[in-house]
Amino acid sequence: MQTFSEADVEEFGRELDKIRDDVIASRGEDDARYIRRVIAVQRALEVSGRTLLFASVLPPAWLAGTAALATAKILENMEIGHNVLHGQWDWMRDPEIHSSTWEWDLVSPAGHWKYTHNYLHHTWTNVLGKDRDIGFVLLRLSPEQPWHPYYLGQPLYNAVLAPFFEWGVALHDLEVERLRGGDKSWTEVFTQLREILRKAGRQAVKDYMAFPLLAGPLFFPVLVGNLTANMTRNVWAHTVIFCGHFPDEAATFSEEQIEGETRGEWYLRQLLGSCNLTGGPLFHIMTGNLSHQIEHHLFPDLPSNRYAEIAPRVRALCERFGLPYNTGSLLRQTARVWKRVFRLALPTPKQRPEPDAAPARLQTVPAPAGYTTGIDVLGRAPALRGASG
Amino acid sequence: MTGPARTPIEDVTLRLADTVAWLTTPLMPEDYLTLINPLWSSRELRGRVEAVRPETKDVASLVIRPGRGWSAHRAGQFIRVGVDVDGVRHWRTYSLSSAPERGAGRVTITVKAVPGGVVSTHLVHRTKPGTIVGLTRPQGDFVLPEPVPSRLLFVTAGSGITPVMAMLRSLARIGEMPDAIVLHSAPTREEVIFGPELRTLASRFPNLLLHERHTRSSGRLDLSQLPDLCPDWSERHVWACGPTGMLREAETYWREAGVVDRLHVEHFRPVLTGSTAGGAGHVRFLASGREADTDGATPLLVVGENAGILMSSGCRMGICYSCTGRLRSGRVRDLRTGREYGEEGEIVQTCVSAAVGNVEIEL
Repeated sequence: MQTFSEADVEEFGRELDKIRDDVIASRGEDDARYIRRVIAVQRALEVSGRTLLFASVLPPAWLAGTAALATAKILENMEIGHNVLHGQWDWMRDPEIHSSTWEWDLVSPAGHWKYTHNYLHHTWTNVLGKDRDIGFVLLRLSPEQPWHPYYLGQPLYNAVLAPFFEWGVALHDLEVERLRGGDKSWTEVFTQLREILRKAGRQAVKDYMAFPLLAGPLFFPVLVGNLTANMTRNVWAHTVIFCGHFPDEAATFSEEQIEGETRGEWYLRQLLGSCNLTGGPLFHIMTGNLSHQIEHHLFPDLPSNRYAEIAPRVRALCERFGLPYNTGSLLRQTARVWKRVFRLALPTPKQRPEPDAAPARLQTVPAPAGYTTGIDVLGRAPALRGASG
Repeated sequence: MTGPARTPIEDVTLRLADTVAWLTTPLMPEDYLTLINPLWSSRELRGRVEAVRPETKDVASLVIRPGRGWSAHRAGQFIRVGVDVDGVRHWRTYSLSSAPERGAGRVTITVKAVPGGVVSTHLVHRTKPGTIVGLTRPQGDFVLPEPVPSRLLFVTAGSGITPVMAMLRSLARIGEMPDAIVLHSAPTREEVIFGPELRTLASRFPNLLLHERHTRSSGRLDLSQLPDLCPDWSERHVWACGPTGMLREAETYWREAGVVDRLHVEHFRPVLTGSTAGGAGHVRFLASGREADTDGATPLLVVGENAGILMSSGCRMGICYSCTGRLRSGRVRDLRTGREYGEEGEIVQTCVSAAVGNVEIEL
């Protein structure tokens, strides 16, 4: 058994910093060409999809149009929107492709999402009570979340959430649960709600009124095509995103554990809380490169097209330090997510140890329960997962 | 921004765009249309480089067709050009060297590749026809008044000839050359930008006198020689453009003669002290929520740009005030004078100011 010392954590962090510096030093024309090409392809696909839908008296045209539109929406949301809003392309100083000017084809306004996602989720990844993306406040995805009979229905909630994911995200960004503690005022919530309604209204008019009306007698095929495209995108995004943090082997953390966290420890938490997906280049693009969730969480602001290139280096580093590098196929990881959703719908037999019994900081985890090589076939880090393992 | 009043056609176009925007939301119709032709953008004025013509071994003229939103320039004015180098957009200021265009024409900037200059070397040596560049509308008051004075003097050096060339071309086109003297300095005869064209103009118009000064063989022009070259210099309106040293000398010379109101100058780049007396520091850009370390010699504008912020900027030499931000805490150094200043709430020109230690700025 190899233990992971405090010095190791910092060395691990320095090595990751080096990878980051290498990418930053080599960002250039090719990367700029890549994102501009993806944007051009996405917009061309969208226009083609909508045009084909106007010809949907022919069933194949409806199918092709809906597929093209769904693909365009997935690209727009994931490889373009998500990554541009992360500031991954800000270095180009192009006001047309910049996190401060971008708005995406989703009902949630980009500004709200940038706060809850870029700041809350990426800073406090998988920290209970801080990262609101753990179960999106709706589900119990960590055994440390206290059980309640409400969670018995969570397989159903999750199944319903998937096709309406963009609406879920919009409401999630409202953070209504913070009203209770007085952390957020009603005025703030109402202001945000107005912004959501304005954005969502335009989105809905576009897909469910304007385009169907333009299609005249083909009102319903176009309406259903647009609805299908949006829902396909929603289910796809939901699936990919849940595979990023909630398969069984992803670790969650307590606030005590991350107190006074160093940069190395922050990297470590990002690694242990994230899971990759295996697949080919096209698959990676269609997931917005969130199939490289680990690399994305280590370096949220590096251009997404570079994650594939640095993944082997990150993985080699994990092997060197005997750290798990969670990855699996989409099918396998989705199965693991659902397994977790079902299992945690029921109360967890053992309760989480009291905070004072829990390790105060990551590097003080005692050796047998700490980071060890060959943790198990699934690459679990049991000590970080509390009692349930 | 208040532009000229809209024509009925523009009005209809705008309303149409608003309607179509319901189909393209959250994007605008032009987000799709500019994929067909980038010059159609209404958010960003752009131009297409149509030709790159070498002038001397390190100087080239770029012929640019401006897109939607352009307005005709006056001879002597400058524009800012946004160029992507290694994927990163850089903005630089260049004088237009072409005479005011007729209709929707082309304009020309003439660029000298400065050793180590990222943008200028890229423009001169590596720009291909078809390249899309960002543009700003022409600005600046280094222009000839209307009516044109009957006696003119131009004092230029190096690439300082470019705005004056626009004036001379403009006068030549009208065919009414006033009594004009051009005192131009360049290292050698071969390195005189627009040399052949200037000489042709001088032989075509008897009113136009060209004095070429080849500094490598004859040394720099000393202003005390001015009365010999141009006895009535103090009675002429003067347009001077060139290195800052030369312009400072000219300002002193004309001031001492009591006729500084006749001198019009165009600065090309600021003289920075390069002092790092402030030492390293940390800058927090409050509005954009970014932070960056600085060496105490880099302008805040560049620090912000390198941190990925879309900093607004203009001349980048401390004259146009489009890059300013309000200081929240800390002090800054004016890189032109070395003066350290800054109080909370003070407006700072980020293009010529560097942080002295830690700084917070509302940008």
